[in-house]
Amino acid sequence: MTDTLLEIDRLSVDYETARGDLKALRDISFDVRKGEIVGIVGESGCGKSTLISSILRLTAPNTRFRQGEVRFRGEDLLQLPERKMRDLRGADISIVFQDPMQTHNPVLSIGQQMLDIQHRSKASKADKRARAAQMLGAVGIPDPEARLDQFPHEFSGGMRQRIAIAMALMSEPDLLIADEPTTALDATLEVQIIERLQELQQEFDCAILFISHHLGVIAELCDRVVVMYAGAVVESGEVREIFHDPKHPYTRRLIDCDPGHIKERARVLPTIPGEVPDLANLPGGCIFRDRCDQAMPRCAAEVPPLEQLKDGHQAACWLNHKEAAE
Amino acid sequence: MLLYATRRFGLALLILIVAVTVMFLMIRAVPGDPVQIMLGPRATPELQARLTAELALDQPIWKQLLIFYGNLMQGDLGIDVFSGRSVTAIVFEQLPHTLALIFASILWSALLGIGLGAYAAAHPNTLIDRIAAALSVSFVAAPAFVVALLSLLIFAVHLQWFPAIGAGEGFWGRFDHLVLPAFAIGLSWVGYIARLVRASMLEVMGESHIRTARAFGIHERRVVMVYALRIAILPVVTVIGVGMGFLLSSAVFAEIVFARPGLGKLVIDSITTRNYPIVMGSVLISTGLFVVSTAMADLINAWLDPRARTAA
Ligand SMILES: Nc1ncnc2c1ncn2[C@@H]1O[C@H](COP(=O)(O)OP(=O)(O)O)[C@@H](O)[C@H]1O
Ligand code: SF4
Ligand SMILES: [Mg+2]
Repeated sequence: MTDTLLEIDRLSVDYETARGDLKALRDISFDVRKGEIVGIVGESGCGKSTLISSILRLTAPNTRFRQGEVRFRGEDLLQLPERKMRDLRGADISIVFQDPMQTHNPVLSIGQQMLDIQHRSKASKADKRARAAQMLGAVGIPDPEARLDQFPHEFSGGMRQRIAIAMALMSEPDLLIADEPTTALDATLEVQIIERLQELQQEFDCAILFISHHLGVIAELCDRVVVMYAGAVVESGEVREIFHDPKHPYTRRLIDCDPGHIKERARVLPTIPGEVPDLANLPGGCIFRDRCDQAMPRCAAEVPPLEQLKDGHQAACWLNHKEAAE
Repeated sequence: MLLYATRRFGLALLILIVAVTVMFLMIRAVPGDPVQIMLGPRATPELQARLTAELALDQPIWKQLLIFYGNLMQGDLGIDVFSGRSVTAIVFEQLPHTLALIFASILWSALLGIGLGAYAAAHPNTLIDRIAAALSVSFVAAPAFVVALLSLLIFAVHLQWFPAIGAGEGFWGRFDHLVLPAFAIGLSWVGYIARLVRASMLEVMGESHIRTARAFGIHERRVVMVYALRIAILPVVTVIGVGMGFLLSSAVFAEIVFARPGLGKLVIDSITTRNYPIVMGSVLISTGLFVVSTAMADLINAWLDPRARTAA
């Protein structure tokens, strides 16, 4: 597989807490190929942010990597020395974090921060500044040269998110990770940012790992999608496949809640009756069982494995097994 | 920034006027006839009357206040009854000693405290962090006058490393004489500032913008020293600015223990003799020092934090 860029292989991550180990990620596996856009969907708290911070090893201090590998161009990032890891960050892999209001340093000007992140470049200060202004222009910030001297609090949330994207793309990374980059924005802005992201992806030809709980955005932007529930992958495949023929009851419920049109964003975030199971105290059997209206006796006894159903379409549900049809 | 500075100093002036007026009234409210106390029981009535008129003590209190401010505008704080010298001259003669002591104390304690706190926060729960924490607690618990006495006994009397009393002559002489008092005053601040910086740093280091800086591979040293410290230091600047009053009172102790000239000694001496013009002059300068230092702290914070500039 020469065109595979990122491989998450049986990754399990816990948070050590006072209540015991919180199993935030369990046995996660999926790939991102070069130039591909992969979406990750799932309700809040299902481990999306934990997953992406694990890739760059920028996790909270109480994080424990229990099992698995995160291979980038074939090399396991979890084994890399910190120095080499730092060389990758912001150069080959860039991240746009979840909350645009907190993502920039409040006491340094945007220009200073955009200059700082070019620390690997040998260009002159004036050239770096010009490059920063050019990137701000590319994400649609008017009068970029003058705005470099302003501070984060002088920009709106949408502007800050654009700046975060500009900063992430500046080094022309091979992989851009975006954690709910549009969740904090209103619908019109969201459309603008998604369209801009599509254009930039064409221009820079980078792979994107795009996290959202808005299915409409995923449908519009992504080639493939990974559906996560309570720290595990429950279904993954081509966007078309997943939307037209979902093979997991959880995916079906998500689609029912959010019909998948980017311009008709559900006013409320998708809600499904019931609660996500306690990750520090997981029940046996299928993790979705408590909220599933098609649960069978087998679902309580055994964990359904993530199985290949069609080419590239995987799901973890007993309904897809032949004996279920009987 | 300029607008902010102008407004902040306008406010400082207002505070100063209110504080000085209150102080003026309070001193006049102390019972007993000041003229009699100053001149002693054997003074002639003519002498008493002359002094009363000179100090304008026979005027209504509001008029005394007006006269006081009128003179103040011309830099005139009155004449010292005992020596006949200008109070302004006496106070400004003592001021540099106190200023040097306070700045030396702040300088070494802030530098060491910030360094210790930042290091501890960058390496939490390591051995160094624990040692720093234990030291901080014991430093905070040590009152300035106890440290002053002990360091005088140990380093000046017993080891004779530093001179015991006075202010010294020439640069190195003055420096030598400054070491022990500045050590005594600053010691509790080192611990206090270190703890403050550590707590503040740990909080800032957990904020998402720090993760962003790291996500761009910015060197950890720069992340700590610039991206985090510049924010973590803001409460420290405020605390030092406001702590100026506390520092002044520690300076009084140190000046007495080390028999150093300075405002502290001047105030104590003149209060016991009811030397009003000198008390008033010293109080005015101390209050001014306090008001200016809090204003300076706000200005430094505004310079460090752009959000503060627009907020005020
Ligand atoms: N540092 C942490 N310590 C303990 N639990 C955490 C920590 N960070 C996140 N969690 C928990 O891990 C789970 C996954 O969180 P997260 O990855 O942020 O989910 P998502 O991004 O999908 O909303 C949640 O239950 C959350 O409460
Ligand atoms: S395995 Fe059972 S409980 Fe789990 S999703 Fe499928 S049908 Fe529902
Ligand atoms: Mg999240």
